[in-house]
Amino acid sequence: MRNNIIVNLFIGITAATSTVASTTNERTLDNGLKVIVREDHRAPVVTSQIWYRIGASYEPEGLTGISHALEHMMFKGTEKYGSGKFSEIISANGGDDNAFTGRDYTAYFQNLASDRLAIAFELEADRMRNLVLPAAEFAKEIEVIKEERRLRTDDNPNNFVTEQFYANAYLLSPYRHPIIGWMNDLEFMTIDHVRAWYRQWYVPNNATLVVVGDVDSTQVFALAHRYFGTLKSEAITKQRLPQEPSQMGMKRIKVQIPAQEPYLIMGYKTHAMNSSVIEWEPYALEMLASILSNGASSRFNRELVRGNEIAAAADADYSIFTRVPDAFTLDGTPAKGHTIEELEQSLRQQIEQIKTEFVSEAELNRVRNMVVASKIFEQDSLFYQAMQIGLLETLGLGWQLADQYVDKLSAVTAEQVQMVARKYLVDTALTVTILDPQP
Amino acid sequence: MLFNKSLFFISAALFSWLFVIKGAIAIPKIESWHTDSGAYALFVPAPELPILDVQITFNAGSAREMRPGIANLTNSLLTQGAGEWNADQLAERLENIGARLSVGSLRDMAWVTLRTLTTEPAKNVAVQTLTAIVGQPKFTIPDLERLRKNTLVSINQDEQNPGTVGNKAIFRAIYENHPYANDPSGTKESVATISQTDVVEHYRRYYVAKNAVIAMVGAIDAKQAKQIAEQITKYLMPGELVSALPKVMDLDKKYVELIKFPATQSHVFVGQIGITRTDVDYFPLYVGNHILGGNGLVSILSNEIREQRGLSYNVSSSFSPMQERGPFIMGLQTKHNQVKQALEVLMQTFRQFLQNGPSEEELKNAKQNITGGFPLRISTNAKTLEYLASIGFYRLPLDYLDTYCAKVDAVTINQIRETFQRRIIPEHFATVIVGTGSN
Repeated sequence: MRNNIIVNLFIGITAATSTVASTTNERTLDNGLKVIVREDHRAPVVTSQIWYRIGASYEPEGLTGISHALEHMMFKGTEKYGSGKFSEIISANGGDDNAFTGRDYTAYFQNLASDRLAIAFELEADRMRNLVLPAAEFAKEIEVIKEERRLRTDDNPNNFVTEQFYANAYLLSPYRHPIIGWMNDLEFMTIDHVRAWYRQWYVPNNATLVVVGDVDSTQVFALAHRYFGTLKSEAITKQRLPQEPSQMGMKRIKVQIPAQEPYLIMGYKTHAMNSSVIEWEPYALEMLASILSNGASSRFNRELVRGNEIAAAADADYSIFTRVPDAFTLDGTPAKGHTIEELEQSLRQQIEQIKTEFVSEAELNRVRNMVVASKIFEQDSLFYQAMQIGLLETLGLGWQLADQYVDKLSAVTAEQVQMVARKYLVDTALTVTILDPQP
Repeated sequence: MLFNKSLFFISAALFSWLFVIKGAIAIPKIESWHTDSGAYALFVPAPELPILDVQITFNAGSAREMRPGIANLTNSLLTQGAGEWNADQLAERLENIGARLSVGSLRDMAWVTLRTLTTEPAKNVAVQTLTAIVGQPKFTIPDLERLRKNTLVSINQDEQNPGTVGNKAIFRAIYENHPYANDPSGTKESVATISQTDVVEHYRRYYVAKNAVIAMVGAIDAKQAKQIAEQITKYLMPGELVSALPKVMDLDKKYVELIKFPATQSHVFVGQIGITRTDVDYFPLYVGNHILGGNGLVSILSNEIREQRGLSYNVSSSFSPMQERGPFIMGLQTKHNQVKQALEVLMQTFRQFLQNGPSEEELKNAKQNITGGFPLRISTNAKTLEYLASIGFYRLPLDYLDTYCAKVDAVTINQIRETFQRRIIPEHFATVIVGTGSN
């Protein structure tokens, strides 16, 4: 009970603290580009990110990996700035830049001293519509991407198994495809495919520009208007999203590849924030994942890694902010002297326990306090704040949700945790994938 | 998500505490002192956010251990029981207040890092818990056995990753009989036999106040910083600052090692002895390497290997300055039948750089990147803590940041050429190739 008192005091104090922090302003240009600016004047630096509403989950059969391939090609030059110039110019201005592709987005960023923001805008606006996409550059870059796939997936046993898990769990959902794409699709892809993908999706009305740092919102809007304002909006055809049919029984896959240690990933199909009719459910699943494996005092660490010492490591994962329903996954490696079957059994016992006994108020409070603190900690990173804004906007959920997240998660009750466990974490929606190490 | 340009090699992490000064930015004023028991403390106030970051670093890495793996196990065991609390209770105490605590251990250093809110009771509970973890660890046999088993699993997992296999091999090749030859995680043979006495002895000898550096950044004043430094060292024996490590011998001949590995790609490492953290040639070599292969895609190696030829996703070169001379390593990964070509281009590019040095423009752009990027490097409390810990551990002068820009700007092409030629002898490179396939 002493813990509870600490907890409550703590939330009271930090909630007050976190409201002073920042101002966020948004504006939409005539061409549909949404611009969001968060002022943070702690240091004379800025992060500028542009998020496109396109990613692996939009890709057609046979062209998996094309969003990521285009992301690589975005560094290969425009009519005005040749191949590689983008990063060279940012670098010579004291900045760093990079890009990342997800299932639901493709994003590009520059971190700079705040007086250099205009340079990033000019370059980013230029490559939104004026990429050259030379065939010769693509011929080399697709080989780089294949090497990336070998590095990250083909030669990494646990990642390879995770890819197999998603491919086997889903029949139609686009989440069954890897972001980097299947090797065979990379072999098949041509520069013409990439050009078409670029023209179709890289338009101002399919993007969000996020700026966080030591800037003045009004000036940033003016700059955005100056550099991006001339770009024309284009009609975007909404794609039909294939609906995953209901799974009617447990699936079990064994992957036999060279490895030293076994690995298990199992997942239950759930609803996404967008598709869920019941608003609190995703938060209850998020709370559940945290109770199971967020932190050294979480259940998996306390009971499976320490406790009965069956797991060398065990995790529960749930992505609350996704475009398409995702899986609630459990993964881990058995401890020495224990089998993968014992690990699976223990993980499933943990789920059964959630269904039959309420989680404790102390556990709920621990997670609440961790997210309250995280919310303060993340203000130390401009980049992280911009990421959150970009992701939520790209999913159409609105950046304000980042600020409501703590309250919504904190409101989850023990009953709700049990309800989502009973509803979603059922064997008929389960896929189990096991790495069976081969010499 | 997939990062296009993320660096796989150690360069990014190890150089993250290098900075350059720019006129406009306020360089944090470092306050430093010794605690009553002799620990070296450094503090920078950061009043904007209600956060406190603390890192206590001991000169107690694997270079100090009697047998491979002792330093790592000792460090990992700190959080498994301390003072009146077992691992569960320590975790709960910290996570109930939303604090984050992590431990880590490499060749030179072993550390504990804490991030907490400065609100009460959070700060007091966090500091009190840190005090026990650092000064009153229990090192019980059941905890040791559990971590031993899990370390063995983790070493096995290293063996299924060709990059990790190669990294361990290149250190062995470069360092031969020097303590730096051993990987901090230890070997299976050695970890299997580490006793409680080994751990306790390592702790008693090296986790002492005079061998500790405390770095603090956050919303506290100097008086509070002094109290906290006193508190977290109060259970430490004063002890002695460790003596210097053995000197590292230069390689005097070529060495090539091929390691067969079941993978689709080969990993190539080329390296030799580099520099210490306080080396007289530090600046010309750092700036030179930034141009050669230390600055992501904007580097000569990346241009030749990735941009021009599409041979590898990651290619980089890095100096890892340490107490004694750390390594200089170049690395890439490519499919098996391109290894010969990639290695030839790598070596040819390096020799050309050695002979000619960088161009005027390359040097100018690199300086602008390093000095212009200075505000970014100290823009968060987390980053400031990192360099503070490094300045403390390597006993760099407190005006290190104030003089850094001038030192970078003073570097000339001739200096880069001369120091590289004097320090790196291509005929004495050690080369490790993992995953040679059938040829």
